[in-house]
Amino acid sequence: MRKFWCAFFVFWPIVAIIYSIVASMTPSLGWWFPGASVTELGQRIDNLFYLILYIVTAVFIGTQIALVYVLWRASHSKDERAWFSHGSHSLEVIWSVVPSVILLFLALYQMDVWALFRVQAYFPKEARDAPIAEVTARQFEWRIRYPAPGKKLQLKPQPDDLYDVNDLHAPINRAVMIQLRSGDVQHSFFLPHLRVKQDAIPGQIIPIWFKAEKQGIFELTCAELCGWGHYKMRAQLTSEREVEYEAYLKKLQADQNYDGHATPSAVAKKDE
Amino acid sequence: MSAAGVAQEHGHEQEHAQGAHGHHEQSFIQKYVFSTDHKMIGKQFLFTTLLMLMLGGALALGVRWQLAFPWTSMPIFGPLFANAGGQISPEFYTMLFTMHATVMIFLVIIPVLAGAFGNFLIPLMIGADDMAFPVLNMLSYWFMIPAIACFGMSFYFGGAASGWTSYAVLADLRAAAPGSGSAQTMWLMGVTFVGVSSMMGSVNYMTTIINMRAPGMTLFRMPLTIWAMLITAILQAFALPVLTAAGFMQLFDRLAFGGWLEGIHTVFFIPAGLVVNNTDPTVGGGQPLLWQHLFWFYSHPAVYIMLLPAMGMTSDMLACMCRKPIFGYKPMVYSMSAIAGLGFIVWGHHMFTSGMNPALGMTFMVSTVMIALPSAVKVFNWIGTIWGGRLQFNTVTLHCIAFVSMFIVGGLSGIFMAAVPVDIYIHDTYIIVAHFHYVVFGTTMFGVFGAIQFWFPKMFGRKMNETVGKWHFLLTYIGFNGAFFPMHMLGIAGFPRRYADPYVHPYLEHLLPLNQFITISAMIMGFAQFLLLGNFLISIFRGEKTGRNPWNSNGLEWAAPSPPGHGNFDVPPVCFRGPYEYSNPNRANQDFWMQTDPTRNPKNPPEAPAHGHS
Repeated sequence: MRKFWCAFFVFWPIVAIIYSIVASMTPSLGWWFPGASVTELGQRIDNLFYLILYIVTAVFIGTQIALVYVLWRASHSKDERAWFSHGSHSLEVIWSVVPSVILLFLALYQMDVWALFRVQAYFPKEARDAPIAEVTARQFEWRIRYPAPGKKLQLKPQPDDLYDVNDLHAPINRAVMIQLRSGDVQHSFFLPHLRVKQDAIPGQIIPIWFKAEKQGIFELTCAELCGWGHYKMRAQLTSEREVEYEAYLKKLQADQNYDGHATPSAVAKKDE
Repeated sequence: MSAAGVAQEHGHEQEHAQGAHGHHEQSFIQKYVFSTDHKMIGKQFLFTTLLMLMLGGALALGVRWQLAFPWTSMPIFGPLFANAGGQISPEFYTMLFTMHATVMIFLVIIPVLAGAFGNFLIPLMIGADDMAFPVLNMLSYWFMIPAIACFGMSFYFGGAASGWTSYAVLADLRAAAPGSGSAQTMWLMGVTFVGVSSMMGSVNYMTTIINMRAPGMTLFRMPLTIWAMLITAILQAFALPVLTAAGFMQLFDRLAFGGWLEGIHTVFFIPAGLVVNNTDPTVGGGQPLLWQHLFWFYSHPAVYIMLLPAMGMTSDMLACMCRKPIFGYKPMVYSMSAIAGLGFIVWGHHMFTSGMNPALGMTFMVSTVMIALPSAVKVFNWIGTIWGGRLQFNTVTLHCIAFVSMFIVGGLSGIFMAAVPVDIYIHDTYIIVAHFHYVVFGTTMFGVFGAIQFWFPKMFGRKMNETVGKWHFLLTYIGFNGAFFPMHMLGIAGFPRRYADPYVHPYLEHLLPLNQFITISAMIMGFAQFLLLGNFLISIFRGEKTGRNPWNSNGLEWAAPSPPGHGNFDVPPVCFRGPYEYSNPNRANQDFWMQTDPTRNPKNPPEAPAHGHS
């Protein structure tokens, strides 16, 4: 029975390690990140994740091996009595100092990416100067307000602002800033493929920025409990080339100005 | 309570002859219901929390059912509680995870550690005849009853549905969660009652531990369980008032008074101009983030309230089972104190993505990462304790080793979310769920399961069944890891928490089979708990009878009769040494050396130990 229990306690860490390796090496299973990040900052976040993962895995393997080793020794001990020891001062010093150095390094090493993501002074200048849209989360949808083409986003809604719901468009390869707010309760703006997450707090406007480097449609979900319909706040980020983005804004404008008589394209012409 | 009562009575018969204390007859009510005896109160807490554990588990299985088999009728519970056809509606789902967390945290983990084991063990381990304030102690149990009633009414009114964190504004505005009107208010009342109960306990524990130790029981001769209970009580005393105050603030925000009370309408957490569910815009000027700060200022230390006592108890059990002194007793005490101290300045790591000042994110990251250090020191010391020991694999040992092994996982996964940039991505995903279940279930509950088996002989004078205990352990351990380890992967895949139907999002569709595996594992784990419950209840009457010190352990509690009679000790205990003198080579005839053993010259021990064993 002693052998069984020692094997039992070594068995599950092995399963955990194998399972993690399989999950990370086999993207087709979908048990790992939903694809590589489409932003550079997201890739840096992933790199930090992997750095922690390697350190943690080493510690995990080391401590589990140590645990099972001492278990094996202790359960197979032929000595009449256990080793009478109240501990070791030097060991305590070693295993306090070494982890604290590693941990402190880990903490300090994270600061840059956090500052880039969240501290406005570090935002790219092009993003900070001209937010492209205001996203207002409400139960249970995302309302998006763009400024009219050629104009800047104002704090107060303007008569010529453009509106859309649940479909945020952004140009690729350009750092863009979004003003995030909430119309009712708390929500969270989560773009898993871009590794972007920011809570929307009622009564507060929070800027977020990203620079998508890949075209495509990416899911936008809510990550903070906002009521019974939390799960269905499904929206998308359409990341497209600059020309397509401008065309999209034009089309929004045309649709918005459509008075029900003229064809939408005629209205667009008149605007120009 | 009758089961415990019978065993207690049995114990009384056994120990009547030894009753050194002035023994006065008590009525049934005084003895078993409104008892001021710390042992009875501890047992009352234990019974209540075991029942609540089953309830909380059932709620969790409801959550798991919906995630594995969305919108299908849940067997047994579905037709009973959920909507027509037994389907779990999104509102019902929200209520399920809210109440699961509420029951598990406020009615199981916190009361089982501080309430059940704190009450039962503190006076016995320090050699006191009862708590400092027995009536206050009794009240601390009886304040749990209105708390349970409030949570029950919350169910009746449709269930609180704002998560156990009860974040403003969702929890503040009645219109935000239709149907949760009175339910959320009742929930807040329930949390307040739990708080009152905890506070009464905490004051009592501090006073008792500081003032009522037996002669010779210096601070550094206290077992680590007592250190943990003392530190926990201090944490509770300083953190809880904040939650209670915040709870009242939210209560006043919610209550729409009429008549002459109409003026009382606060907006602590409500900003102006919110249009919720097409109601009138709110009037206000409050700050929702304030709630999060106040809530986590309590609830992060509360995480350690849910962990430290289990750490202390496991240290004691592990030393006894390895027949070896605890490795690094003082470092263990210091690291628990460090965890408690740092525990007060890490609450912001729950709020990295909340929109608070980003500079705070950095400071909270450093303190959070550093709290891993005392936790690591403790793990190394536990491994050091087993190192060179002579160990038997009984149920208690197995649970202790599972405790250490699972705490390594839970501790290490915490580093990911302590790192702010990584937390941006994994915040509010299932990796968080995996992390805290590894800590509060994998660590604390395994510690508690071990402690139940270890101190059961002291509680009831009988042992629990070993075979059933091992099966319970085996199934729980396998089910637990099967349920919670894959959740790490769900989190990395971006699977958010608290989604009634995650599969409406295309990038999550393929995770259904993995969720089904998790649910099946969770069911194995859930049903395994019936083994524990059965073993516990049957062993009270049928278990093998034991003497005073069945584990050959050192603590003062083992010098008392099993179960201890009124007033605990037949001979007033005196403490001569620390609690971990196992396998002392100077001790010739036995490998343990009780704290009460007055032998002064170890090389020349008396033939029979002075007293304290049967």
